[in-house]
Amino acid sequence: MVKVLRCHVGIGPRVEGEAMVANDNFSARYDLDRNRGVFSRPEHALAGQSYVDKILVLNTAKGGVATAWMLYEMMSRGIAPKALLLNSANSILAQGAALANMTLCDRFDAGDVTQLIATADRVRVDPEAGEVTMLDAN
Amino acid sequence: MKLEPKAEAMLAGEMGAARMWAVEHQLQVGRMFDASDMVEVSQAHMMADPESMGEAGVALIEGFAALPEADRRVAIPMITDPRGVDLNYYDPLGQTEDMANLERRFIAACRSLGIMMTNTCINYQTIMSPVRGDHVAYGDTGVVIYSNSICGARSNFEGGPSALAAGLTGYTPRYGLHLEENRRATRRYVVEEQPRGLTDWGVLGAVVGRRAGSYWEVPVIEGIETVPTSDQAKHMGAAMASYGSTPLFHIVGITPECAAIEDVDGEGLRGEKITKDDLDEFRGGFGASGEEVDVVVFAAPQLSLVEMGEVAALCRGRRRHDDTAFLVCTPAGVYADAKSTGFVDAIEDFGGRVLQGTCFYQQYAREIGEANGWTRLLSNSAKIVNILGGYGYKPALASMEDCVASAEAGRIV
Repeated sequence: MVKVLRCHVGIGPRVEGEAMVANDNFSARYDLDRNRGVFSRPEHALAGQSYVDKILVLNTAKGGVATAWMLYEMMSRGIAPKALLLNSANSILAQGAALANMTLCDRFDAGDVTQLIATADRVRVDPEAGEVTMLDAN
Repeated sequence: MKLEPKAEAMLAGEMGAARMWAVEHQLQVGRMFDASDMVEVSQAHMMADPESMGEAGVALIEGFAALPEADRRVAIPMITDPRGVDLNYYDPLGQTEDMANLERRFIAACRSLGIMMTNTCINYQTIMSPVRGDHVAYGDTGVVIYSNSICGARSNFEGGPSALAAGLTGYTPRYGLHLEENRRATRRYVVEEQPRGLTDWGVLGAVVGRRAGSYWEVPVIEGIETVPTSDQAKHMGAAMASYGSTPLFHIVGITPECAAIEDVDGEGLRGEKITKDDLDEFRGGFGASGEEVDVVVFAAPQLSLVEMGEVAALCRGRRRHDDTAFLVCTPAGVYADAKSTGFVDAIEDFGGRVLQGTCFYQQYAREIGEANGWTRLLSNSAKIVNILGGYGYKPALASMEDCVASAEAGRIV
């Protein structure tokens, strides 16, 4: 049986990829070395790991407004996550995803998305439908 | 989302490609937050430093700037957040000609759109403060939280692209803090230790922000016995927004929407104490007493004229250590006043440098840190010490007085 997680209608194209999950928050300014494509903030749960082409699954947005430009800038160089799945996005992440055409979804019906998806799970995200499909589920 | 006829015309491309892009952008954002319609805004303020925008972001603005004049000019007064390069002083900081050229291109494109290059994150102190009930589209989280909380204006965090969209259309999607129901308190804090200096207010803001922890939480704070100055409220708000992504707070008896806790529906919320230990624990995370300090920074937010005067007074008759850089960031308008009042000279005689229209963390902080060999950074801003850990610094926090004394000693006092 295919497992489908329902969420709020999101932004961006339908994508498939590998999840990278942490019970931590997200800011492109505060947390990333965007030149190298890794989490650089020492205290971040994903410190040192590459986010490139990953479907990042995190708790919420943090920090400031810079992420709205940075997602676009990261996408333009091809050193970007494939999608962001959060319990709760803020206005900045939505604006950044809209400009960057990056997939973003939040507010999952079944609860804490960082507990629903595990690192290395393959998932398909359909923001238009508000659905995330677990492709490895059986 | 329901659109006014004018916005429908923009969406149909009848008012040029830039406004069509802007409405399309606003529809996407509005739909994500279930906005039913748009709200007219009186001002827009755009955060857009070249480090964040990169080549791609600057090229986007240049594309709009190349349109016919009627299609490219912003529809409402629109101003800018700090620049990433002070074009009068960048080579000595280790910034490159490529960085400066990207900044020059961006400034030219903004001027072509009719955007006023104020380059400030304290526009509520220096340009035009919004009024209670005033719907605005502001970037910079510090600007938004101050305008919402202290002025009673209505703004979401509008990142650069959305502030630009609002500038071009004169509208923004009606969601979040444009709606009364989202301005009510959701978390209640009781302060047991009174803040005194700027850094204390910043630390209190940081602790509240860290606890609240979400854009959608609205803290109401009880127990504050003194009315903060504008600068103190600025540091408190900037830190709260930085640590919590928090866009609005209320202080009972002080901020305009909260004469009493019932005004924000906070009376039924459980009060959480903020104790001296909570504040000391926060400070302990940014303490580094006795360590050599590479650079002392006053920024985030930019300094008001009053703060410039305070730093200048501390600098007089002293000299920074040869191995400790000393940087102060303020908007060009404040710089002019600080020059005429002798504050700039006092800071320069100390061996410091006043940067105009920039803010340190928005200035390619990683690159300038590497170019100068700066690791240990000291500031009185609870906001900046939060940001710079991810940029390769070891940030430490101290009062303005101790920052100046540490710059003189070359190590953290």
